Amino acid sequence: MLRYVAHRLLLGLVSLLLLSMMIYAAAQVLPGNPGRLVLGREATPDAVRLFNHRLGVDRPLPVRYGDWLGHAVRGDFGSNYTDGRPVTDDLVPALERSMFLAIYAFLLCIPVSIFAGVTAALRRGRPADRFITVGGLSLAVIPEFVLGAILVTLLGPGFLNLFPGIAGTLEGASLWTKLDSLFLPALALALVLFGYIARMARAGTMEALDADFTRTATLKGLRRRDVLSRHVLRNGLLPTIAVISTQVGYLFGGIVAIEKLFGYPGIGFLTLTAAQIKNFPMLLACVLVLGVVYFIATLTGDLLMAALNPRVRLGDRQ
Amino acid sequence: MSAAVAIVPATAALSIQDLEIVYRVRGHDREVVRGISLEIGKQQSYGLVGESGCGKSTAALSIVRYLPRNGAVSRGSIQVAGTDVLALRGESLRRYRRDVVSMVYQNPGSALNPALRIGRQVAEVFTLRGAGRSEARDRSLAALREVNIADPDSVLKRYPHQLSGGMQQRVVIAMALATNPSLLILDEPTTGLDATVEAEVLELISVLQQKHSTAVLFISHNLGVIRKMCERVGVLYAGELVEEGPTEEILGNPHHPYTVGLLRCLPRGGLRKDRGKLDTIPGFLPPIGADLPACVYVNRCALAQDICATEKPPDFRVRADHFSRCHFHDKAQELPRATENVPVSTAIDRGAQPLLKVDGLAKTFRQDGHDIQALAGVTAVLWPGETLGLVGESGSGKTTFARTLLGIVESSEGSVEVDGRELAAKLSDRSAADVAALQIVFQNPDSALNRRHTVRRMLKRTLSKLAGVGGGAADVRAQELVDAVRLPERALSARPTGLSGGQKQRVAIARAFAGEPRLVVCDEPTSALDVSVQAAILNLLVDLQESKRTSYVFISHDLGVVRYLSDRIAVLYLGRVMELGPAETVFGPPHHPYTEALLSAVPTVEGEQRQRIALQGDIPSAADPPTGCVFHTRCPRFLGEICKSIEPPLVEVEPDHAMRCHIPVEDLRRLQSAATP
Amino acid sequence: MTVVGGDMPQVPVVVEGAPPLTSQPLDTPQRIRREMVRQILHSRLFVVGTVLLLFWIFCAFFGSHIAPYDAIDDSFSPSYHAPTWAHPFGMDRVGRDVFSRVIVGARSVIAVAPAATALGVTLGSVLGLVMGYFGGTVDNVIGRIVDAVLAVPFIVLSILVLTALSAGSEGISVSPLKLIMVIGIAFTPIVARTVRSAVLAERDLDYVQAAKLRGEGSLYIMLFEILPNVMGPIVVEATVRLGYAVFAVATLAFVGYGPQPPSPDWGLQIADQYADVTLAWWAIVFPALAIASLVVGINLIADSVQQVLEP
Repeated sequence: MLRYVAHRLLLGLVSLLLLSMMIYAAAQVLPGNPGRLVLGREATPDAVRLFNHRLGVDRPLPVRYGDWLGHAVRGDFGSNYTDGRPVTDDLVPALERSMFLAIYAFLLCIPVSIFAGVTAALRRGRPADRFITVGGLSLAVIPEFVLGAILVTLLGPGFLNLFPGIAGTLEGASLWTKLDSLFLPALALALVLFGYIARMARAGTMEALDADFTRTATLKGLRRRDVLSRHVLRNGLLPTIAVISTQVGYLFGGIVAIEKLFGYPGIGFLTLTAAQIKNFPMLLACVLVLGVVYFIATLTGDLLMAALNPRVRLGDRQ
Repeated sequence: MSAAVAIVPATAALSIQDLEIVYRVRGHDREVVRGISLEIGKQQSYGLVGESGCGKSTAALSIVRYLPRNGAVSRGSIQVAGTDVLALRGESLRRYRRDVVSMVYQNPGSALNPALRIGRQVAEVFTLRGAGRSEARDRSLAALREVNIADPDSVLKRYPHQLSGGMQQRVVIAMALATNPSLLILDEPTTGLDATVEAEVLELISVLQQKHSTAVLFISHNLGVIRKMCERVGVLYAGELVEEGPTEEILGNPHHPYTVGLLRCLPRGGLRKDRGKLDTIPGFLPPIGADLPACVYVNRCALAQDICATEKPPDFRVRADHFSRCHFHDKAQELPRATENVPVSTAIDRGAQPLLKVDGLAKTFRQDGHDIQALAGVTAVLWPGETLGLVGESGSGKTTFARTLLGIVESSEGSVEVDGRELAAKLSDRSAADVAALQIVFQNPDSALNRRHTVRRMLKRTLSKLAGVGGGAADVRAQELVDAVRLPERALSARPTGLSGGQKQRVAIARAFAGEPRLVVCDEPTSALDVSVQAAILNLLVDLQESKRTSYVFISHDLGVVRYLSDRIAVLYLGRVMELGPAETVFGPPHHPYTEALLSAVPTVEGEQRQRIALQGDIPSAADPPTGCVFHTRCPRFLGEICKSIEPPLVEVEPDHAMRCHIPVEDLRRLQSAATP
Repeated sequence: MTVVGGDMPQVPVVVEGAPPLTSQPLDTPQRIRREMVRQILHSRLFVVGTVLLLFWIFCAFFGSHIAPYDAIDDSFSPSYHAPTWAHPFGMDRVGRDVFSRVIVGARSVIAVAPAATALGVTLGSVLGLVMGYFGGTVDNVIGRIVDAVLAVPFIVLSILVLTALSAGSEGISVSPLKLIMVIGIAFTPIVARTVRSAVLAERDLDYVQAAKLRGEGSLYIMLFEILPNVMGPIVVEATVRLGYAVFAVATLAFVGYGPQPPSPDWGLQIADQYADVTLAWWAIVFPALAIASLVVGINLIADSVQQVLEP
């Protein structure tokens, strides 16, 4: 088990490192000229050169990368090109806000999805199954902001007025206010995730239902509910857990559009604005942070899987 | 087994009357079981034998009411110990499954829940009956001890994947018998287990059956196993019971053409290719649920007359307890042969240059930090037109040997010479001529043929790459190959999905022979096929060898088949050759203690010829082989210290007969001749 | 005698291992394929999906001809007028007819999505084939790069690359070609993953060994032995990716990385006007429904295809 964990950890770190290299390189693909960008077209070439030199942009690429990485692992992502403030000033609160929204969305989504998926598997082929499967699948492909827009229209101020249409920073707001204001964005995200997770739960449960050990359990004379809880679900939901952790990636992708739609300044919103004003330090930092979040999520998923799967935990036959 | 019980007691353990089961496939109802009736008395053992698609597993599932979603019993009744099984619902069905009937089936590994410890799964059986936790645990320990598991405490704590196949099956049997059921159903319980492990499990089942006074329904395709385990046997064909009676009677005095045909397909009584040819059954096994004429066997029966197609044969009584469903049952044993009994000549010119010389071939794999010595130095010689049979259980290295020979796996040590030239260890380094010289027929025809290619394409491509034949000439050659393997011409345009198992294997053989190979490795070529199909394939291989003087390395776990086909035999254990010699010499004393145990473990249709030798424990892992002689941990003729510390070399103990054993050959001859009655 | 059905409703459909269900052992592959096509065509969902897709394709090609008004004609006053008979979808912020804009808006999506999908699926399949077949170091190294790219959400990755591509200039330039390339490349690792697992399942089958024993080279084996057998999963993946391509184009347009005003692109319409949703829900909802219907239509097709190819 320990070897497995160490192995996974190492692989993840290698990927992260590669990621950091790639995005850093991507950002430097075309001659980036922050001096020109910030000082504008009227500035003299000397002023621009001086500006760039002070930023350190004129050094060779590997040196710049190493320097950036060295700072980054210590939590220092540099300063904005635009206003010189440290990147972390905006990054950290934005990340907190997005994490709140993400967890909210997951909490809304996961129990319902798993229940739906298992139900669909138990009623395989019947109308409930088709409805959940096709419905879930359809929801999964609709962009989050589209769902968000429709939800706002229906449940927001224009129509039923159950929830607000804009979230804002929610600085210092009570938990209840936060839950209320963020319900619609979280719901939009949750609905999109629902399809995929429900489908995995359904597939895993079906496979477990078809398995030989379920037959053994039933033929022992066990009650159906015991067969389901002790044998079917215990094995069937394992792949779903693995999938949930990878869904973090999709979740944070959807967060970009949702945060724009609802005016919620989370990390998605921050990434977008940084890209629009070409504030590369911020942009890189955001992308790297998202990568780290994904890495932690998948590692947690792997560890959870290993803990629940005796084959992995104990290794094979002695 | 004692003489059959002629009269069935009043409340039979199992009574099936006119059972008909259908499957709904794509909107049509297909009859899978077409009205069978049988009875098993209390404590009796009954065997149900048949090939794929005969409906034996379906019938078994109906007894426990576990048919698939699209299956239904459309007619008939099933009574188990007086209970009307088909009328059960909900709670009564649950109790019936818990108390009255138990089932054990193939693949014990998948029958156990991989996420729960063994202890919990076994205890479940007892807690179902109201036992408390500690009582359940005590009874679980007792149950495991009953199936000869040496250290039940530690086994209870383990997970299924940590146990060997034999041990898993024993756990399943323990759970099945713990409730003292009236009827125990076993569906191919030992298929897939090694021969020595299988023998142990079968004996265990016999012992426990006596002890718990359970009736047994034993389903298998293997007539030898049926003979060993069952007092009565029923032969199923296309969902109908065509013959039924006491086992010895059926096997010795069959009265149905199908039974006669089946028995003739098997290499019995030490039959060898130079003494006779295996008979075959013409035609194909009918697909499941196909519409069949009045007598289901008429399309393949040489005795068929007009009446067979129009009038369904009733059950004719041959004896009080033996019936046959055939209009001409009294002529069954005079069934004309489908294949002429022309033995092949096996003259091998040992003066000429050997075709294959293998010297010290070894292969060690690295896995998870361990060194696994799959092959530990194999030396052998093979002449043109000769067949070398490889025998051994799992971990013996026979598959690794085949693959290193072919170059698919790169050998760690040793050399392979063909016609005097040494072959490169890696396939990609070999010349085109060398590659064409060694070919293989795989075990699984589904995996061996590309599902998306037509037969013609496969053959033509092989011809082009290996024989340098293209265009029109290739078309001609492809046709010749298809004829040589006795396939119809339209097979050329077919894809594997449109062919039966036997036909696919013929294509594989045709492909192997396309490049005029000098040696063909046959890796369990008939293990995945039905008995009747197997005979035809074996005959084909024998004929091809005779006409082309190709050599074979024939790998099989079926000793009867190996004996039939092979000129020489090598017995492998943990990557080492334990014995090597002509087939007859190896099969008779004196032979290696392992060979002796192996031969005694395999159940044959003729019955027990010799005392069974039980081997202790499991086959050791190749990652950690025993010191000295690798067989010493299980050897029934263990000598002493010398076996533990020094590995015996492979020496020629008689002319052309080599053995790896410390026991002098004369002692072996004396001891082993005494054991054989 | 009452028919007693299978008692375990969840137990799978079984056809005991035996030759195919025909009287002749030699069944033609044509018959099997025809059966599959028939099954797809008869699925109700497939029909619905196809209708939706074809409708929007039609709009993309002939939209400007069938739309009642010019999509960028803003002469209609007043702005944000509710739906009427003359303007069934109402009017947008600057007085343009929403109905026409929705019809013509299909063009920007239909122009990009299929091409991006084709690019992504082709590159991804090549990568997946190579990774799956060779395994070992090749698989490990490429796999790490693929994992790294997959760690970043697809949308964020696209934004990053598009920004980098316009680093030298002012503003953000996004041409359809750039969109196609970026989305296609962003799809590649996802497709590669799927193709890789399909290839892994085939690689250990004996027919691959048999090919090697004929002296076939790696390229031949990958292209002519393995690829035909993984076409099923690839087709399914392609249909699914097409839906996500539309998803991506719409989302990127929404966050500003798409056509610029006055284009009637759907995502852009929503981005422009969502702040006024309380005033004029029609300006948001109809483009939103357009996106949803196209995406769902494609997905229904994908689902039907998958049901048949991978039951």
